[in-house]
Amino acid sequence: MIQVLFKEFNSFLNSLIAYVVMGVFLTAMGLLVWVFPETSVLDYGYADMDTLFSVGPYVLIFLVPAITMKSFSEEKKAGTLELLMTKPLTDWDILLGKFFAGFLLVLFSLLPTLIYYFSIRQLGNPPGNIDTAGVAGSYIGLILLGATFCAVGILASSITSNQIIAFILAAFLCFILFSGFDSLSALSLWSSYALQVKQLGVLYHYDSLSKGLIDSRDLIYFSSVIFLLLSGTKFIMGSRQW
Amino acid sequence: MSLQIKGLTKLYDQQKAVNNITFEVAKGEIVGFLGPNGAGKSTTMKIATGYIPPTSGTVTVGGFDVTDNPMKVKMITGYLPEHNPLYLDLYVHEYLYFIGKIYGWTGDRLKKRVGEMIDMCGLTREQNKRIETLSKGYRQRVGLAQALIHDPEILVLDEPTSGLDPNQLVEIRKLISEVSKDKTVIFSTHIMQEVQALCNRVVVINKGEIVADDALENLMKLDKGNSIVVEFATPLPAELLASLPGIKEVKPVGVATYRITAEAGVDIRPEVFRLAADKNLALIGLKQEESSLETIFQSLTSEDPVQH
Repeated sequence: MIQVLFKEFNSFLNSLIAYVVMGVFLTAMGLLVWVFPETSVLDYGYADMDTLFSVGPYVLIFLVPAITMKSFSEEKKAGTLELLMTKPLTDWDILLGKFFAGFLLVLFSLLPTLIYYFSIRQLGNPPGNIDTAGVAGSYIGLILLGATFCAVGILASSITSNQIIAFILAAFLCFILFSGFDSLSALSLWSSYALQVKQLGVLYHYDSLSKGLIDSRDLIYFSSVIFLLLSGTKFIMGSRQW
Repeated sequence: MSLQIKGLTKLYDQQKAVNNITFEVAKGEIVGFLGPNGAGKSTTMKIATGYIPPTSGTVTVGGFDVTDNPMKVKMITGYLPEHNPLYLDLYVHEYLYFIGKIYGWTGDRLKKRVGEMIDMCGLTREQNKRIETLSKGYRQRVGLAQALIHDPEILVLDEPTSGLDPNQLVEIRKLISEVSKDKTVIFSTHIMQEVQALCNRVVVINKGEIVADDALENLMKLDKGNSIVVEFATPLPAELLASLPGIKEVKPVGVATYRITAEAGVDIRPEVFRLAADKNLALIGLKQEESSLETIFQSLTSEDPVQH
């Protein structure tokens, strides 16, 4: 698995994907958090990082599928998947390698935003007046969200050999998974089960984590969603015999 | 380490790609796997290397069943898939390191081995280039190098020479015969000279069924045809040639060119020459047709598959 991970991550670095993804993410977040007046923390009056954590997921909805879209699609098209699958690697080795390579890139993109935390901490009155627990919880939420989106992207990529289809499908699925259930729960159709529908979505658990309380239910939710998505990918990989 | 295929069948939907084939490649043997396009060669190789599972039947590589023990089989098999897929964005040495690491080679041992492979496959000048910048012949060498990096006991090569120019063809063939000295090799092709150049046994497959499995010399004897091609300056009635003694068939193949098949053991050439002299016909060409592997291949694969 580790060899596939290294190779994938290397190819992100070699093909500039890594730099573009990190550059776009950090530029977008920097502008939103510090420059654009509607969302700028400087004009907001409160020393918190809500902008990063509320807009971040929507930026990731576009960026993560872009990272993962080539993971299987390109290999299918080039035939290199046959090469990998006839090497002494299990299907899990291959897909986990790809998953963690994407996840690692998301982590590297998030890492520099820690500077925001230390800057905003200094801007508080008195300095250091920031909800550290809330920020930590939000980071955990954002990281888990990134992992979930990676799993969605890998799944979408394993379905098709066309990268554009993989991207669009992944972005759509990420969006539905993130806020789709939340919006769906507002339908009067299942008024009495609204909460359960809402709990199916990522947003509910993401919000819950960002309150600074690390609830095991949320962690279990994220890990089961990731596990389900990766198992789906494994299933699709196994379907080559059909 | 041998490769045994027993009663192998592969269905794609309802279509039989491979139909109940059985053959064995013994240790140290080089076997050519022949057949027209779509005969089931690649399917058989994909099953033997564990890429796709068989519908029924078994493939045993070095004593391990591919379905039950895929990891063991993959460890001892080197595989060059059809069309030679490569990671084009990697550098040659980087790619070989990657593949070597997958097989669990590390450190100095891997470094030494990658160096050896680069030397052996003639990639010394290309090792610091990206694979995408290499020509087809060099890419094929990289493909062979990755198949050989872990010193496999069994080598499965799917059309290793397709699409190469004549010089590259010769070089790759030389390379294959060099590396396969102490290995069990099965390679597929539809080029006949290749088989003659490389292997001692041939398995011919057509429409998913084995139509021949024999040593090359025995296969060559199959073609008992005894034909010549004669060319005259002007066309002449076919009956004239057919009237000669010992003639089986006369077939026009050009304006004034005929293929004459005589009965086995009869040399028809003097008769034809005498005929031309008697009738004052200008005989401008007379050639004995070699009983080549090509004609055997054609006769084996053009008919309907053998009924079992």
